[in-house]
Amino acid sequence: MNNNTIGIRDRSAKTTRRRFLQGGSAAVGGVVIGADGSAAADTENLPPNVPDWMKAPGDPMGSQPYGAPSPFEKGVVKNISKSLKQYISASGRTPLQELDGIITPNGLFYERHHGGVPTIDPAQHRLMLHGLVERLLIFTVDDLRRFPSESRIHFLECSGNPGYAKPYGKTASDLVGLLSCAEWTGVSLKLVLQEAGLKPEAKWIIAEGADAAALTRSIPIEKCLDDAMLVYSQNGERLRPQQGYPLRLLLPGFEGNMNVKWLRRLHVTAEPAYSREETSKYTDLLPDGTAREFSFYMEAKSIITRPSGGQRLSVPGFHEITGIAWSGHGKIKRVEVSVDDGKSWQDARLQEPVLTRALTRFRLPWQWDGSPAVIQSRATDETGYVQPTLAELLAIRGENYFYHNNAIWPWRIAADGEVTNALA
Amino acid sequence: MHWREICGVAFAILFGIGANEAQAQSAYGIGRPATAAEIAGWNIDVGRDGSNLPKGSGSVAHGRELFAQQCASCHGEKGEGGVGDRLVGGQGTIGTAKPIRTVGSYWPYAPTLFDYIRRAMPQNAPQSLSDEDVYAVSAYVLSLNGLVGADATLDAKSLAAIKMPNRDKFVGDARPDVKH
Repeated sequence: MNNNTIGIRDRSAKTTRRRFLQGGSAAVGGVVIGADGSAAADTENLPPNVPDWMKAPGDPMGSQPYGAPSPFEKGVVKNISKSLKQYISASGRTPLQELDGIITPNGLFYERHHGGVPTIDPAQHRLMLHGLVERLLIFTVDDLRRFPSESRIHFLECSGNPGYAKPYGKTASDLVGLLSCAEWTGVSLKLVLQEAGLKPEAKWIIAEGADAAALTRSIPIEKCLDDAMLVYSQNGERLRPQQGYPLRLLLPGFEGNMNVKWLRRLHVTAEPAYSREETSKYTDLLPDGTAREFSFYMEAKSIITRPSGGQRLSVPGFHEITGIAWSGHGKIKRVEVSVDDGKSWQDARLQEPVLTRALTRFRLPWQWDGSPAVIQSRATDETGYVQPTLAELLAIRGENYFYHNNAIWPWRIAADGEVTNALA
Repeated sequence: MHWREICGVAFAILFGIGANEAQAQSAYGIGRPATAAEIAGWNIDVGRDGSNLPKGSGSVAHGRELFAQQCASCHGEKGEGGVGDRLVGGQGTIGTAKPIRTVGSYWPYAPTLFDYIRRAMPQNAPQSLSDEDVYAVSAYVLSLNGLVGADATLDAKSLAAIKMPNRDKFVGDARPDVKH
């Protein structure tokens, strides 16, 4: 378990200076927090002594052909529940509250798979393009890499992130950790469709994965001819197996499961497939018994990641409030933050770059006076859509809607600095 | 340039005018033709109307045996659920506070059951059942839900003819549904 104390008093230096430790690194960093919040640390590597790691050479070149994080960061891993019914069709979350900026490291990118993670030999992988096209085609991965490529930064979010019914999660990761953001490199799907030639009656494309679920979703042709990509790389390196190696579909702003991984087939049709995933699973059940289908977009959303649930402010005084905002409909235009339980709101600073359908980092300086507080963020996207409260969503959608929950999640800060989910 | 080539280019230009961008002639010459046999082997999509369902048929009785051997360990002896989804019951609960979503209560189209079982089940060995076996297991699951008789045998035509109870309960995406 990480120690997520923010702003520990550096008692070891016997000064009044405060040492602001990054959440998640404190415990493995050798600092132990006592019951009274005091820090008792080894002092032999601290001033005025010479640290051990300066007294001998470090690891030689080549000791890590593929680099890994510092051993002191070993607690920063995917958030995977230990009590899932099964682990073949399952999900694992990004530890959002441990991360900075807008890019998710590949090893911490959230995962959702429906039939396990296949190990695919790229030399034996093919993409078949058939149906309502002039030319029925098969591509190798190398073929696809010959097309003009592009790199773009986009978020990816699972449609059920989180549900609407209690119990609600304790941390930012528990709540909305089925969310990550990366720089994707691939080929515009439109280019590849042009290569095959679409017939006029082509209205949908059924995408299928080469996994044990042969996961199938139907994508409207407008999206396929807009910003859809056939992706082979993520954050500069080839896709990880968990993200669809060697080829995945990317539909910026659309719910995660439509971004079919291990992509092997594109079937151009006049009608959607009405596959199991788009009828019995990823549909939104309303209180009156009707269910919304083909609900693709992830609406505007934000969350404060620091301070956030599971962390603790050990000292009053200055703390930066920071978090992430995103919208499947475009750019984030504004993020407001309230530090008084929603009574008043102030604009947070949006950190550049602010990109279309990407995470946007926001920041707000804050002086915590040490008294209990409720803090929360509210995003507005370029369409003017404002992130709603959970109560507003529940009033329309009910608890069984399950998907597309983009509610505001307020954090309660107790007098002792403990941060918890204010709605839990 | 030969006359034939010039004609070809002119023809392509004339044809290109007014055509949808994505209908233009192959620009890069990347990829190779897919053969009918290749497509037939991979195209396992079954439409909601039963289109592309294969030949063959399967009985509830045969499905019962297969289900006990290959499905019950996850979905329960009678489809009541376990590690795998509950498949049976729940009809009449979908509009209540405690909806029970099963094949019988929630799925809108019966051919989708064939499509899903063939592509993804059993979880430990997908695409291992014959088409006859997939018809049989589909028939058994539908019979557990009271949607076909215990003596039924299903094929492409009869599977597509089943009207699922929840078929008309799906609506379009009405978001944004919260407005400020």
